[in-house]
Amino acid sequence: MDKLRTDAKICGMGHSMKRKEDPRFIRGKGNYVDDIQLPGMLYMDIVRSPYAHARIKKIDTEAALKIPGVLAVIDGPTLEKYKLHWMPTISGDTQMVLPIDEVMYVAQEVCAVIATERYIAADGADAVEVDYEPLPVMMDPLKSIAPGAPVLRKDKKDKKDNIAFHWEAGDRAATDRALAASDVVAEQHVYLPRLHVASMETCGCVADFNSAEGKLTVYMTTQAPHAVRTVFALVAGHVGLSEERIRIVSPDIGGGFGGKVPVYPGYVIAVAATVVIGKPVKWIEDRMENLQADSFARDYHMKVSLGAQKDGTMTALRIKTIADHGYTNASANPMKYPAGLFSICTGSYTLKNAFCEVDAVYTHKPPGGVAYRCSFRVTEAVHAIERVTDVLAQKLGMDPAELRMKNFIQPGQFPYKSALGWEYDSGNYPAALKKAMAIVDYEKLRKEQKERRARGELMGIGVCSFTEIVGAGPSKDFDILGIKMFDSAEIRVHPTGKAIARFGTKSQGQGHETTYAQIVAEELGIPASDVQVEEGDTDTAPYGLGTYASRSTPTSGAAAALAARKIRAKAKTIAAHLLECSEADLDWVPGKFFIKGVPDKFKTIQETAFAAYTNLPQGMEPGMEATHYYDPPNLTFPFGSYICVVDIDRGTGEVKVRRFVAVDDCGNIINPMIVDGQIHGGLAQGIGPALYEEIGYDEEGNVFGGSFLDYYVPTALECPNWETDKTTTPSPHHPFGAKGVGESATVGAPPPLANAVVDALSHLGVTHIDIPITPEKVWQLLKKAGVAE
Amino acid sequence: MAKHKISVTVNGAAREAEVESRLLLVHLIREVFRLTGTHVGCDTSHCGVCTVLLDGQPVKSCTVLAVQADGCSVATVEGLEQGGKLHAVQEAFTEKHALQCGFCTPGMLMTTSALLERNKSPSEQQIREAISGNLCRCTGYLNIVKAVQYAAEKMHG
Repeated sequence: MDKLRTDAKICGMGHSMKRKEDPRFIRGKGNYVDDIQLPGMLYMDIVRSPYAHARIKKIDTEAALKIPGVLAVIDGPTLEKYKLHWMPTISGDTQMVLPIDEVMYVAQEVCAVIATERYIAADGADAVEVDYEPLPVMMDPLKSIAPGAPVLRKDKKDKKDNIAFHWEAGDRAATDRALAASDVVAEQHVYLPRLHVASMETCGCVADFNSAEGKLTVYMTTQAPHAVRTVFALVAGHVGLSEERIRIVSPDIGGGFGGKVPVYPGYVIAVAATVVIGKPVKWIEDRMENLQADSFARDYHMKVSLGAQKDGTMTALRIKTIADHGYTNASANPMKYPAGLFSICTGSYTLKNAFCEVDAVYTHKPPGGVAYRCSFRVTEAVHAIERVTDVLAQKLGMDPAELRMKNFIQPGQFPYKSALGWEYDSGNYPAALKKAMAIVDYEKLRKEQKERRARGELMGIGVCSFTEIVGAGPSKDFDILGIKMFDSAEIRVHPTGKAIARFGTKSQGQGHETTYAQIVAEELGIPASDVQVEEGDTDTAPYGLGTYASRSTPTSGAAAALAARKIRAKAKTIAAHLLECSEADLDWVPGKFFIKGVPDKFKTIQETAFAAYTNLPQGMEPGMEATHYYDPPNLTFPFGSYICVVDIDRGTGEVKVRRFVAVDDCGNIINPMIVDGQIHGGLAQGIGPALYEEIGYDEEGNVFGGSFLDYYVPTALECPNWETDKTTTPSPHHPFGAKGVGESATVGAPPPLANAVVDALSHLGVTHIDIPITPEKVWQLLKKAGVAE
Repeated sequence: MAKHKISVTVNGAAREAEVESRLLLVHLIREVFRLTGTHVGCDTSHCGVCTVLLDGQPVKSCTVLAVQADGCSVATVEGLEQGGKLHAVQEAFTEKHALQCGFCTPGMLMTTSALLERNKSPSEQQIREAISGNLCRCTGYLNIVKAVQYAAEKMHG
């Protein structure tokens, strides 16, 4: 949809409307959770384990409790009294809130100090003496999965191994046969290390129990406030918390990226503290707690095999994965998909045979498995297929772009049923790759590379053509703890023609206050500036599963359009009444109904709204509002082709990203400025993992990357001038043809960077490098090849 | 713990406070003066979301003690708008979509407003260097660079 249907005043879809949320943010008037200050509020600080595995012999709180202002220390036995010392994870596993006897990872919550002031709470945490007996530590998932390994989850009755789950998709036997019959098989171990979302705001909450009303309000950094309310009601129902007396408020969120989907122990302890003490309790993680204890993603060890004929025609794909989930399976995945949507791994290619399997393993790492800006393990899947495609190209001596072109699912094949069971809604992969190649001038770059290589310079070109799968999801397959993954919109039009719209999702920077208003504007012709958007307060917003997995536009966005259409239908009846004609005589342009052929005989949407409260057709229910719960018929499949150019310093091994071209297709666009911004940010979160970011551990379970001293989030100096462009292939099943877009670039950016570095070093015999591609890794390869300067 | 009486000019207004020696400037600003536009994002002076101007110089207020600000002037994001008129960088950030979640924005605005005070027309590289102590996880920085160029143009033609 490149043609605008509304003018700049209405500002419907396709307008780069300036954001409605900006005025408060640029004035420092945002309202983030740590900005909330309630009368009598107390502060909580958490004592964390320095051991990856240890028995707690004693927690001595005496010195802490002597500090003036320290009111209480809450430990496992305190919570055990209320049966709140364990909680379920979103994936249906279990997790300690606070331990009774053993700690299972470094930085695990051991106890919490409640005090009158922030600094005093920290003093109290410092003064708690915990006596530990260190126990053997298991940090290697390959050892943990081996037969005879000591069982880590002794809390689980009858558990005989360390496997959290096994999951598979596709036809194993047929794939094995097809691989055996292939002329060439590219095989590659690909490791995606543990990452951290590192949103600029950490996690935290203010829990406020009003004992007079018996009502609990929790202001918290959550991407899914409604689901959290239900989980709290289910988990804490036995202590009297009933869902109508729980209010979750998700205020302004300083970035989420999936890290703010799970419920972490800190939230639960704060809730327990406010209920017991009867005063509001604030808990805010500091950065080191955040980087060491929660919000971890990836950690996939993949063995990828891609078969092909001599001419490059792909025949079969097999991926065997060992997934390190740490202490518990705390993934935020739909229940039926414990390995998320990993089975999108056949990517953009016609592959008749495919099989993938995932063995999820427990170790003594903190709980992992957050879907970091990716629709449930799609980043892992895309990295596997896009990396191994280049390995295959290298093996065949084919150009990687040519190999992709040869194997693309063609535009005429959509809707396309993949070998692993997905029905891709729409796509035009050759168009996106051709466009990216034209922008970057691919042929010229290859020539330049040849010339530079002759001079001993290291330059690489990396290609990636990814297919995303977002917008979870259809209720027949998608639920979290049984709750179906629909989402919602509720629109009320006021008598003067202005509106308020509320949603089950929750923006964390995506700009919903603007884009949702534009959807309503597009459908009703009410100017977007007249539509107030609200999310995040479970007392007022309709129920929904929240914002992650690029699902807001595919679900709540669709709900907004359909709720608006219900209102438009009512407005039409009213307009016919006001114009004294039949509804069949009316035509619609955004903002007004007019009598067919008589454009000056019309009623505006605002006039019909006023009449809905003042001058109704006989028998009509007053008011002008509608709610819609949208259950998507399918997921949406955005895609794109990215090409980047890197130069490598032979002295330091440093990879410099010279150019990065991203051609994205997310169907019809609501706000091009915001989509571009989403792509830019996603690209930065692709370059980070590709080149810099990793949460690593030593054998004792100590973390590397536990502060911003050594978790390298890219700065402005590492990021190039992103070159973005688009193609437009609308989703055939979405009400206005849109697809999700927030995560495309995070998913699509690491493979071309890895491919570019390998490409730069391919003449030295390099076929693969695991991310992050640090200067040290590159320099070691250069040294080995004898070309380091 | 010893308390100290300090006087600080905050966004042009004289303020006094009695503070512990260990109180960080960022907590003086946020919790004593209740100016919550200045945020806290790390413990190690890396992220820059707490950036304020101390006597005109950008500092990370999580790494300055409140007592060190005694007798100084502190400028925070709340003071950028003057007489109902937004500062050029504030306008530019909206115009160029240089913010998303908004958490790093106050620090970015303080760093870049100070940059434009000392350098009327910074090059792209100079802008990138100036904001390299301010992390942003949302924007990928390009639109922030464009916003600073736009603001420079507006301020100094």
